[in-house]
Amino acid sequence: MSGIEYAAAESGMGMGTEGDGEANTLPPLGKTHTTQLKADKGQVTIEGVTVDFGGNVAVDDATLEIRPGEFLCLLGPSGCGKSTLMNTVAGFVRPTAGCVSVDGVQVEQPGLDRGMVFQQHSLFPWKTVCDNVAFGPLMANLGKDQARATARSFLEMVGLSGYENRYPGVLSGGMKQRVGIARALANYPKVLLMDEPFGALDAQTRLVMQENLLQIWSEFGITVIFVTHDIDEAVFLADRVVIMSASPGRLIADLPVELERPRSLAMTTSDVYIRTKQRCMELIRTESKRAFDQQRSVA
Amino acid sequence: MESNAAALTEREAAGLVEAEGSETSRTSLREVELSTEAGPGDAIRLAEAMEDDTIPHFDKFLGHLGTLPWDRYGVRLGAIVGAVILWHVLSVNHVDMLINFANIPNPVVVGDQLVFLLGTSEFYRHILVSLERIAISFGIAAVLGIFIGIIMGRSRIFSDIMMPYIEILRPIPAVAWIPMAILMLPTEEASIIYITTLGAFFPIVLSTLHGVEQTSGVYIRAAQSLGAGRIAIMRHVVLPGALPSIMSGLAIGMGVAWFSLLAGEIISGQYGIGYFTWNAYSLVEYESIVIGMLIIGGLGTLSTWLVKQASKPALRWQESET
Ligand SMILES: Nc1ncnc2c1ncn2[C@@H]1O[C@H](COP(=O)(O)OP(=O)(O)OP(=O)(O)O)[C@@H](O)[C@H]1O
Ligand SMILES: [Mg+2]
Repeated sequence: MSGIEYAAAESGMGMGTEGDGEANTLPPLGKTHTTQLKADKGQVTIEGVTVDFGGNVAVDDATLEIRPGEFLCLLGPSGCGKSTLMNTVAGFVRPTAGCVSVDGVQVEQPGLDRGMVFQQHSLFPWKTVCDNVAFGPLMANLGKDQARATARSFLEMVGLSGYENRYPGVLSGGMKQRVGIARALANYPKVLLMDEPFGALDAQTRLVMQENLLQIWSEFGITVIFVTHDIDEAVFLADRVVIMSASPGRLIADLPVELERPRSLAMTTSDVYIRTKQRCMELIRTESKRAFDQQRSVA
Repeated sequence: MESNAAALTEREAAGLVEAEGSETSRTSLREVELSTEAGPGDAIRLAEAMEDDTIPHFDKFLGHLGTLPWDRYGVRLGAIVGAVILWHVLSVNHVDMLINFANIPNPVVVGDQLVFLLGTSEFYRHILVSLERIAISFGIAAVLGIFIGIIMGRSRIFSDIMMPYIEILRPIPAVAWIPMAILMLPTEEASIIYITTLGAFFPIVLSTLHGVEQTSGVYIRAAQSLGAGRIAIMRHVVLPGALPSIMSGLAIGMGVAWFSLLAGEIISGQYGIGYFTWNAYSLVEYESIVIGMLIIGGLGTLSTWLVKQASKPALRWQESET
């Protein structure tokens, strides 16, 4: 419920309490470039979080403060515990030690204030594209018709209006992830958690998706935590790149990205971009080498 | 992923049915759907072909008719006609080699008897009584099986309580239940219903359980983060996810229900197609035995087909999966 109230209060998008707002009063999402909100909700605090899967320490003493409306990329090699750390924010995994809170409220379980886009395809294959996106609003007690209307406007935003009555099985990987993003946003969460959402896409599709995402982000003024192992992706998207090391998963660096917004592809050849990328690579290289040596000495 | 899991269910369920010795029910729902042969799926493929408006509808329709395997239908029809002719030749000539055809009525005599029976109300009554028993038993088995299967899938303790009963009772064939059923239940009718229900129950409960257990965790997580509670997850995630499995359980359950019903009807009862068949043997009306058997085969096939058809709309989403 809180996600919806937030939307009404913060964005004035007419999505407030049940009953008010007809289908046709919804804003034309994705068409405006002016709704850039000054977010003051969606502050995520990770304090000394350790996750220990019975002797296998996936996350070791992670502390991180994420500002409202910030776009944060969590970068690290495969298996270093990125998903696990993100799952503690989502409420799927309980930290063994430490705690996570969103706007001062401790995370105990999953909730609709934190939308999630998953690493693997997670659309309900038995629901149509429209009903997938309408699921969140439906759970937030909007009526079926209004939930569908909300879903349609979100599908329009991600450019998939023509597919609302199809089943996810017929969509391409990129389309599926766009539906996944629409579904996660349809509840107007305060925080959007994205776990390598574009990992399975080809390079071209991925670029388009990244630009799309940035546009959506700027319109919603939402906090985004974006997990990736792709350095280019992290630097292109993020306000801040946090680098995680492997076994045990530790946060080892916190790099601000000084590129202005809105970001464009042209910036990927700029000095700032290249310098930031090099810094990330150095950090990851030393870290991977250390982990590799460590593994070798164990073996 | 989904289809793998479904295949597993079938193998399991097929094993179960095999143990009971029923051949017909072994065909699974998915096999039929996935096969390239003509079958019930054609109607839907046809409908889909017609929905696509990039090509004019009529052309599409004609094109589709062309893809139906007419030659294979011909072969199938030929196989049946061939068998009837062979049967006729063997029984008219009283052939006795390994199988004795001397006492087997030939197709012409059987046809005459069928025409006669179709004129009697008694014959219809036998059929209707059997159908009613199947409907009641299958209904009870479906409701109980799906309900218990889902709870077992979602609660470990309930599953641990139920599993020993299922494991021990499942291998007991319907025939072995008859004496106990007669002792336990007030009427013969109730005993037959009990035996039939029990037969259908096991494949349904096990398929449901399997379907629920293989619900992908990521769907549940997605639902949770969208604000779904336990009941909503059950309704929107677990149940639809398990549906393909449940439906193939129902189709197998229907086959086993007939198998069990017949066992019950042959040994006790005054009406029913099983009683009719056995009684014909006692009365030395051999033509009626053949008719009884053919009716049983026909009704079993028809009811399993109906279950599959009924499940089609609920499984439409699967047609887009590859
Ligand atoms: N439920 C679990 N039980 C036990 N161990 C787990 C569990 N989930 C993750 N792990 C372990 O924790 C470590 C980190 O896993 P995690 O999935 O968080 O990595 P990741 O950084 O997301 O990797 P990738 O980039 O491949 O997605 C791995 O060693 C993994 O085996
Ligand atoms: Mg991961």
